Amino acid sequence: MAQARISAGRSIAAHAVLITYTLIALFPVFVILINSFKSRKAIFAEPLALPTRETFDLIGYTTVLKQGDFFGYFQNSMIVTVASLFFVLLFGAMAAFALSEYRFRGNLLTGLYLALGIMIPIRLGTVAILELMVASGLVNTLMALILVYTAQGLPLAVFILSEFMKQVSDDLKNAGRVDGLSEYTIFFRLVLPLVRPAMATVAVFTMIPIWNDLWFPLILAPAESVKTITLGSQVFIGQFVTNWNAVLAALSLAILPVLVLYLIFSRQLIRGITAGAVK
Amino acid sequence: MGALTLTGVTKSFGTVNVIKGVDLTVQEGEFCVFVGPSGCGKSTLLRIIAGLEDATAGEVAINGRRVNEVAPARREIAMVFQSYALYPHLTVRDNMGLALKQAGVARADITASVDRAADMLALGPLLDRRPAELSGGQRQRVAIGRAIVRRPRLFLFDEPLSNLDAALRVATRIEIARLHRQLGATMIYVTHDQIEAMTLADRIVVLRAGKVEQVGAPMELYNNPVNTFVAGFIGSPQMNFLKAGALGMRSDTMGVRPEHIALSRDSGQIAGTVSHVEKLGGETLVYVNTPTQGLLTVRLFGEHDYAVDETAYLTPDPARAFHFDADGLRLRQGG
Repeated sequence: MAQARISAGRSIAAHAVLITYTLIALFPVFVILINSFKSRKAIFAEPLALPTRETFDLIGYTTVLKQGDFFGYFQNSMIVTVASLFFVLLFGAMAAFALSEYRFRGNLLTGLYLALGIMIPIRLGTVAILELMVASGLVNTLMALILVYTAQGLPLAVFILSEFMKQVSDDLKNAGRVDGLSEYTIFFRLVLPLVRPAMATVAVFTMIPIWNDLWFPLILAPAESVKTITLGSQVFIGQFVTNWNAVLAALSLAILPVLVLYLIFSRQLIRGITAGAVK
Repeated sequence: MGALTLTGVTKSFGTVNVIKGVDLTVQEGEFCVFVGPSGCGKSTLLRIIAGLEDATAGEVAINGRRVNEVAPARREIAMVFQSYALYPHLTVRDNMGLALKQAGVARADITASVDRAADMLALGPLLDRRPAELSGGQRQRVAIGRAIVRRPRLFLFDEPLSNLDAALRVATRIEIARLHRQLGATMIYVTHDQIEAMTLADRIVVLRAGKVEQVGAPMELYNNPVNTFVAGFIGSPQMNFLKAGALGMRSDTMGVRPEHIALSRDSGQIAGTVSHVEKLGGETLVYVNTPTQGLLTVRLFGEHDYAVDETAYLTPDPARAFHFDADGLRLRQGG
């Protein structure tokens, strides 16, 4: 291992940088969390103070849980995120496998075409997407959001996964072919487990923007029954008055599921079972 | 009709011709080695036989049956790869039994076949381990075991020893030779190492740039090469090529193996200075720089004390010399 050679000084410097970055990144989350437990007056008096016995107040959480169907929103967000994630990973991995494994005419062009989506934001097509959803009767359904998010996530997934799949040993796939495995078995049983860390990376990158998105839920699915959590929280932000207690409480609650999903995937990031497969 | 017949096999990637027409028949039970420098197409040829690549033209037949359109798994072949290519998520036992399981063989038969192969390769204690828990040599033995379990008509080896260290390579080489005798199966073996080719093969196929240069038994290639390429490739250290004109001969090039040159301190045909000496115990290699013929290698048996910069005289044994024309083709006696 190379770690032994890195001097203590360098190690301290590296950790200092990383800790500073972590603090900066976590600071807003921290501020949201502490303020969500404070009374309205205390939030404005001293935004950075920790909640004390006098300022502690659960009014934000009670408002959120009473007003609107908060668990419904929660569920909608979960369904949309998990379903989109599933389709992005499935179709992305399949397309990446085809692009990296098979030689066919137009292989490179197809790859470039798919990667183009990374550079062109999907929101440019909002009007056309809305027309399409209206025409197909999908407005105000979760399916509309799942379809759009799957399309949005695929380019990056295909791009990253095809690079990783190129690195999976050809010998291993060929050994599978000689042993009589079908191309599907080779894909699901040999290749997918070996690119699991890459799949986890793609999952994290895909999941966060979907969970946080306000744009498409607002346009494609604003009805009460299909609202996502980000859209649902907006009821507390008014044009003139904003219920900060409720907004902060809603945001704090919204962090939880995404944190759980992230923890699941990040474990995959670290675990590597490639060792010993080849060479 | 042999175990494997290739008829006019070619392979092109786009406009690049990798295999330029190969005709070959391998007999039942034969150990056939494809040898050649990197990029000569030997691995591609093996992959065409395995069905992992399609031949652009020509026919591949295994046991008289045309298999061009047959999937690799249905060709009754087994392949051992350079990188072992074991399934990382399966135990050794499952790795070895997977092909039979895919073919729908009964569980008890699979267990019996795996145990039989494991006995042959002394893999018994490793059967429940995963590939990650094995050493390189053990992994390659498992890969060979996986091939044996299938009882194929044709074994294909793609540089199986290249990733092993020198000692293990010799041991595994002997193991493969023993397996060939024991199983009596037809084996095709690809390597760039001419020592592996010489020691294992019943017949060697020397390839260069997608073409077969010569096919023959190891000693036939050693004693009777058809051109300078085969002469230079077979035999280690490499054959010396001398400008025959300077020695008063009619041919263009004279090839003499390092063991067929006599070395003397006093007199000889070609004078030179010793530039380097390698003592290997059983033999001594002396590299002599000559003004007329460049650097020549002499192989002496036993220990010899030559010093660098010492003057030495070389005398090629005319009876063991090979003569080639300007195109590198061998000139036969009296021809």
